[in-house]
Amino acid sequence: MSETTTVQVVEVKHAATHHEEHGHHEQSFISKYIFSMDHKTIGKQFLITGIVWAIIGGFFSVLFRLQLGYPEATFPILETLFGKWAKGGQIQPEFYYSLVTMHGTILVFFVLTAGLSGTFANILIPLQIGARDMASPFLNMLSYWFFFLAGVVMAASIFVQTGPASGGWTMYPPLSALRQAGDGQKIGTDLWLVSMALFVVSSLLGGLNYISTILNMRTKGMSMTRLPLPIWAMFFTAVLGVLSFPVLLSGAILLLFDRNLGTSFFLSDIVINGEVLPNEGGSAILYQHLFWFLGHPEVYIILLPAMGMVSEILSVNSRKPIFGYMAMLGSLFAIAILAFLVWAHHMFVTGLNPFLGSVFVLLTLLIAVPSAIKVFNWLTTIWRGNIRFTPAALFAIGFVSLFISGGLTGIFLGNSTIDIHLHDTMFVVAHFHIVMGVASMFGMFAGVYHWFPKMFGRYLNNTLGYIHFWVTIAGSYLIFWPMHYQGLAGVPRRYLDKRGWVNFNQFGELDKFITVVSIIVFVVQIVFVVNFFYSIYKGRKLRTENPWGANTLEWTTPINPGHGNWEGDIPEVHRWPYDYAKDGREFIPQTEPVGASESKH
Amino acid sequence: MKKLEMVSNATTKKMHPHKFTLWVAMGSLIMMFAGLTSAFIVKSNQAGWKPVTLPSVFWASTVAILISSGAIILALRSFKERNMARYRLLMIVTLLLGAAFIGLQWVGFEKLWEQQITFKGSGAGQFLYVIFGLHALHVAGGIVALLVLVAKAFVGRVKIYSSVPIEIAATYWHFVDLLWIYLLVFFLVIGQR
Repeated sequence: MSETTTVQVVEVKHAATHHEEHGHHEQSFISKYIFSMDHKTIGKQFLITGIVWAIIGGFFSVLFRLQLGYPEATFPILETLFGKWAKGGQIQPEFYYSLVTMHGTILVFFVLTAGLSGTFANILIPLQIGARDMASPFLNMLSYWFFFLAGVVMAASIFVQTGPASGGWTMYPPLSALRQAGDGQKIGTDLWLVSMALFVVSSLLGGLNYISTILNMRTKGMSMTRLPLPIWAMFFTAVLGVLSFPVLLSGAILLLFDRNLGTSFFLSDIVINGEVLPNEGGSAILYQHLFWFLGHPEVYIILLPAMGMVSEILSVNSRKPIFGYMAMLGSLFAIAILAFLVWAHHMFVTGLNPFLGSVFVLLTLLIAVPSAIKVFNWLTTIWRGNIRFTPAALFAIGFVSLFISGGLTGIFLGNSTIDIHLHDTMFVVAHFHIVMGVASMFGMFAGVYHWFPKMFGRYLNNTLGYIHFWVTIAGSYLIFWPMHYQGLAGVPRRYLDKRGWVNFNQFGELDKFITVVSIIVFVVQIVFVVNFFYSIYKGRKLRTENPWGANTLEWTTPINPGHGNWEGDIPEVHRWPYDYAKDGREFIPQTEPVGASESKH
Repeated sequence: MKKLEMVSNATTKKMHPHKFTLWVAMGSLIMMFAGLTSAFIVKSNQAGWKPVTLPSVFWASTVAILISSGAIILALRSFKERNMARYRLLMIVTLLLGAAFIGLQWVGFEKLWEQQITFKGSGAGQFLYVIFGLHALHVAGGIVALLVLVAKAFVGRVKIYSSVPIEIAATYWHFVDLLWIYLLVFFLVIGQR
């Protein structure tokens, strides 16, 4: 869209309270905290909104885990809370599917897309490249408010009489296209589609800004190969989003037409409840192609920011340069390209041409190469490092651990022959939760612990951080490892009650165990949330601008930077960001000119 | 303390960041229409497909949007020559031609609807409504941007010398024009198979 705002001239509050004659105005509460154009405030808005959604989405998973673990038990409290959806204290099938759908939608889009890259792209890009704000602060603000609006619509869908969408987070037609198919397919699905359309607009506005900020607004001396790795990761993330989200939007628009105007883009030859529908010539598989053309890059939209932040945090906390900076860039680039070429591996069992399938198998397995390069580089970065086990560093190491174990099962699923057996089993659930969900959550936690001092000028409580880490990593493995075992035995996903199947009901005790661990892990996340909000106001105060001894530019700003980030001129950059343990010095900030006697990298 | 500019116009970089943002946004829009037109191709091989013949009114709308593209080129030139009267006039011409384009598209839709090409059944017509409709929405977005610029040209007390906003609007306007040509050719060549 053509954006017609002219030059944004905003004054910066000077810490030295040096008021000048020409109109230094105090920002009102609304322009400072609500309709703020400061990238740091917008980042915090994304983060806090993301946390709220994460609690809701996580709580939903606890509810359906209760059903999976204890299908025979009744919980009267559930009927008190949810009325007819939990009649007799048992979660009803329609409600179960709504919970699963909402859990997926919320976590994938609202938490791990908006909450993760929205937060850290906003906070880190201008600070780490040396810019006063984004290329267009106004579009940036719009990006948050479209996200907020998408959230309002999604939240509203939870409260409508027929309940929220229940067709799965992928919203496959024909199920999602037919109102007659169930309560969740009524107004709930329309609200879901509208919410997603708003979300796409939000992430496009954000992504455009991230790309043009990174390419156009770097400070003097900040060449592309001197960019910290989180910025590179956010760059590729934004490119993926900008190219793939519009395709999801076109799929969603066609689906809205099919639902409301009687078109047959995705519908053909359907008999439902004895009624023969007139639609013909539509193709449900077409929707899957459109969806997964976004859906697969989406996996990397979620994962790349976590990878970038982990690279930075591991290097800073092992007091060693990142191993293989250019290899890290190359592998990010390779992953971004391959992300667009593998979507059909989600569709091996749709009757896809087996030859075409084998091409997608090859391309899918190729992703193992850049992934392995990254893992190797992370391990060699911390190898023999002087590691400081801060909560951020622990979460970053946890990320690498989860990425390895989740990535290995990806090799199973990427082979179409094995996928035919494992498709739609708990094995898939375990795989993508570990590699994409939990791993990215760990990257996000690492980022929050690491940059919290920059965001709020205070530290998070370390002890609670350690409790949070150890329970979450142990819990994640205890939840998802048994699911691999179930999946290999053929236990299907999406079933809310498996007691009727002799083959599957032997896993009842395992399901109980997973449920108990899920509840414990959920409670510990609440501990983190308490720590987060408590520390904003009461945490230990920062006494130095650069608490971690890091090289990047964000630590050269004042402890509580105003809008504009640097009080004087923007610092100039003279070196790459990973000069740790060099020439006998622990760290050399990017702003320091290269000395005459300095050794080369 | 001196004022700090969040987005500097005096940047030494080749391209203004807002302009760059527009180019990325156009890439994104291309992806959306590529998604839709490739869905069209995939579906045209399914059973029950009916091709569509474009009513001639779409040629009239093509002429309107082509002339409007020319008008905005001249408007930008007048602005750079500080010929504000001519600039205002040409912007209004562009705006009206854009509105005429959308009106003519609507007439085209009505003509098709009269030929029983509706949302029922299956075929190229349904795609036509969605794709041309979405394109018209993007033209409407451009009209809103032009309205803002025209309003500024009439009521603005502060003299604006930067041509960046107009250049951005003009680039976008040419983009929706070219996009329309692509869609027209697409429906002429592939839609009538």
